[in-house]
Amino acid sequence: MLAKRIIPCLDMTEGKVVKGVQFVNFRDAGDPVKLAKEYDLQGADELVFLDITATVENRDILLDVVRRTANEVTIPFSVGGGVRTVSDMRMILRAGADKVSVNTGAFKNPKLISDCAKEFGSQCVVLSLDAKKVGPNRWNVFINGGRTDTGISAIDWAKKAVKLGAGEILLTSIDTDGMKEGFNVELTRRISKAVSVPVIASGGAGKLDDFVEIFKKGFADAALAASLFHFKELTIKQVKNYLRKSGIPIRRLL
Amino acid sequence: MIVIIDYGLGNLASVKNALDKLGIPNRISSSSKVLKKAKALILPGVGAAKQGMKNLKSMGLDKVIIEEIEKGKPFLGICLGMQLLFKSSEEGNVNCLGILKGTVKKFKKMKKIPQIGWNQVDIRKDSKLLKDIKDNSYFYFVNSFYCTPKENIAIGLTNYGETFASIVKSKNITGVQFHPEKSSKAGFQLLENFAKGANYVS
Repeated sequence: MLAKRIIPCLDMTEGKVVKGVQFVNFRDAGDPVKLAKEYDLQGADELVFLDITATVENRDILLDVVRRTANEVTIPFSVGGGVRTVSDMRMILRAGADKVSVNTGAFKNPKLISDCAKEFGSQCVVLSLDAKKVGPNRWNVFINGGRTDTGISAIDWAKKAVKLGAGEILLTSIDTDGMKEGFNVELTRRISKAVSVPVIASGGAGKLDDFVEIFKKGFADAALAASLFHFKELTIKQVKNYLRKSGIPIRRLL
Repeated sequence: MIVIIDYGLGNLASVKNALDKLGIPNRISSSSKVLKKAKALILPGVGAAKQGMKNLKSMGLDKVIIEEIEKGKPFLGICLGMQLLFKSSEEGNVNCLGILKGTVKKFKKMKKIPQIGWNQVDIRKDSKLLKDIKDNSYFYFVNSFYCTPKENIAIGLTNYGETFASIVKSKNITGVQFHPEKSSKAGFQLLENFAKGANYVS
């Protein structure tokens, strides 16, 4: 049976891992490649790297991290942050990433999704979607690092992106991100039901039950967490053992 | 030397990286000459069957692959590389290499397509290819289509709505639907076993 995936996320700036709360206030959490390798050994199913202050100057630093990571880890990993062109994606894939996520770049130019899907295949294109609740039953897409309200419904954009060729959705709930009070079950459920591609839930993981909940009630295919793992509040092993005991299909080393 | 066939599709670097990590001599090439000299061949692939066959044909590699397999050269098809070994694929209604009898079909039962993630392989037959790999080990899959061999060559089965052949082995031909180069210990063990079977001392 297909297992649910546990994915550590490494937010990076200038080659170092950092972690913020509700997208602001960052704390330094270490060397990305070293952390990536540790997570691989600890049983992470995939890794996500996000270059949060993606600038042209930092692009080379990011590609170097990607190359070194590809040499060190034996599990798939995706990279995102400031990807605006097919060429950006090509460079990252060539450096060794398995998937590339697009966020603001795709929202401003939806053709980026279809062009990338056409060239590299949908399985390489992850739509990264940051959503915030703006009213009862309504979540909007926020871009520019979660700062700008686009006025567009998250569910509508998710559907459109999948039609254009996105092979997976990385859904971050701005409201719950960094708060450690649980993933956004309702939002995840809505998005998961609306699309036919896997959904990775992100934002809010704080305790073991949060993971059970997002899979059982949120219909997520994967769960992502950052500071929870970086600051060793929980280990991947603990999370996986708990999920297994709760009846959720989880990969283990046999 | 193991040659990883470059036909313009797929994650060649990942496969190369994995073989490098295992200390198995390898190179990436699209040259018929190099392929003919290789001790073993790997056909990777991520993408569509139509494009894959188009590329193989335009590069003349389809003929080389068929010839080399016929000569008994150890051959490993990964993901799309495995699918192309069969007669035809529902993906774009494409005629494939036709080396193995059977077709490639699309998943119909599950809501989320493609299958992305770690799934288990139920080992049905012993093989040197599966040495030190435990039954029901997890491997990483990214696929919307699956193979339905007509002959009894499936040595590993996996379920994603439909139960399908995740590992096939027929004489010198091996096909795996998952990505061993992305499947951590189990995947690397399989690659090592394949290389050893092709008479490598690592």
